[in-house]
Amino acid sequence: MEKLTFRHRTSKPLPGTKAQAITGVVASGNLEVLMERSLAPDECTVEIETAINGYGPVWEAVVSDFVGRRQPGGLRITINDGGARPDTVTLRLLQGARLMEAV
Amino acid sequence: MAMSPVSLSADPLDQSWYEASARARIDALLDPGTFEEFIGPEQRMMSPHLPAFDLPRAFDDGIVVGRGLLDGATILIAAQEGRFMGGAFGEIHGAKLVGLLRAARAVKPAAVLILFDTGGVRLQEANAGETAIAEIMRAIADLRRAGVPVVGLIGGRAGCYGGGGLIAGTCSRLVVSEGGRISVSGPEVIETNKGAEEFDSRDRALVWRTMGGKHRRLIGGADAFADDTIRAFRDAAREQIGRAPAFDLATLEAEQARLEARLDRFGDARDATEIWGRLGVNDPAAVPGLDTDRFDTLLARLPEAPHDAR
Repeated sequence: MEKLTFRHRTSKPLPGTKAQAITGVVASGNLEVLMERSLAPDECTVEIETAINGYGPVWEAVVSDFVGRRQPGGLRITINDGGARPDTVTLRLLQGARLMEAV
Repeated sequence: MAMSPVSLSADPLDQSWYEASARARIDALLDPGTFEEFIGPEQRMMSPHLPAFDLPRAFDDGIVVGRGLLDGATILIAAQEGRFMGGAFGEIHGAKLVGLLRAARAVKPAAVLILFDTGGVRLQEANAGETAIAEIMRAIADLRRAGVPVVGLIGGRAGCYGGGGLIAGTCSRLVVSEGGRISVSGPEVIETNKGAEEFDSRDRALVWRTMGGKHRRLIGGADAFADDTIRAFRDAAREQIGRAPAFDLATLEAEQARLEARLDRFGDARDATEIWGRLGVNDPAAVPGLDTDRFDTLLARLPEAPHDAR
């Protein structure tokens, strides 16, 4: 197991009022993403526990890409990973952001 | 209803039960927006054991428990996530279900629904898991004695095996779909212990006709057979809550007598189709291909209705 933490500054908060959302499940090639609106509006943290060691740079790139695209200010994002591919990770992050935007 | 591989409907009730996640099943089953989760993922009540095995954990330890409304009546509900470690019972997973069942004695809901999707006890925390199975069965017995029906819904990819199969046997009523399977030892376990001549786990047709929903319904191991949609499970659950039998000595003695009679009558059968033939099914080989309507028609025409014994 490997633990990774990334902190980002965003230009704006993620819209919506939902306090938390969860998407995905921990299974082979899948992951679960928990999003909580608990940080300052220009902050975003992503904490990851992954079963597959040694992919820190890939996670860093996927998370940076997501933060750049969605500007998820205010979100504390926690991930339990069962060995998902980068495209699946991106999909789940976008799904989570969409759920949090619901009124 | 004709078999359709993919639902094109956007209605959550038309989703496949088999394909849906534990959370999606609960959300669509209950009256919209009424689910209130206990010990939600934000509490991060995760397995204390899995890190020792270098295995990933889940925020809810593979089971979602809470309260909601079904047709306006308060019920308590638990749903196992079959994709996380095969829906297996670990320490936290089991304790959440025990806690829900014990809470039900105080809350007195209209029913407790258990959405089984499990391979049994999680081997990495087996002692805690086995203890949980015993505690759950005891809690269900106490709850039924207090007059609260406990209805099991079985149609997930992991089926209902091991300790889950034992717990299912203590429920007031069971609803099962074609994809659902109920047993204690799973196909691979039997093959490993007794050999492929005894039970070939790769023979999917054999697995389904021995442990699948139709067989369980035919021999009285389940009380309703449902299509693989959340709507069908919702309708069947509502109906079965109203049909929960009394839980007293007379019921248990009748159950014992039925089980003894079943063993006498079918104990020497070599295949499920033999049992179906003895039950009066004219063309046992055609049973696996029947859709729900035609299967229900067949059940209604049998000389004896399936009884409650499981």
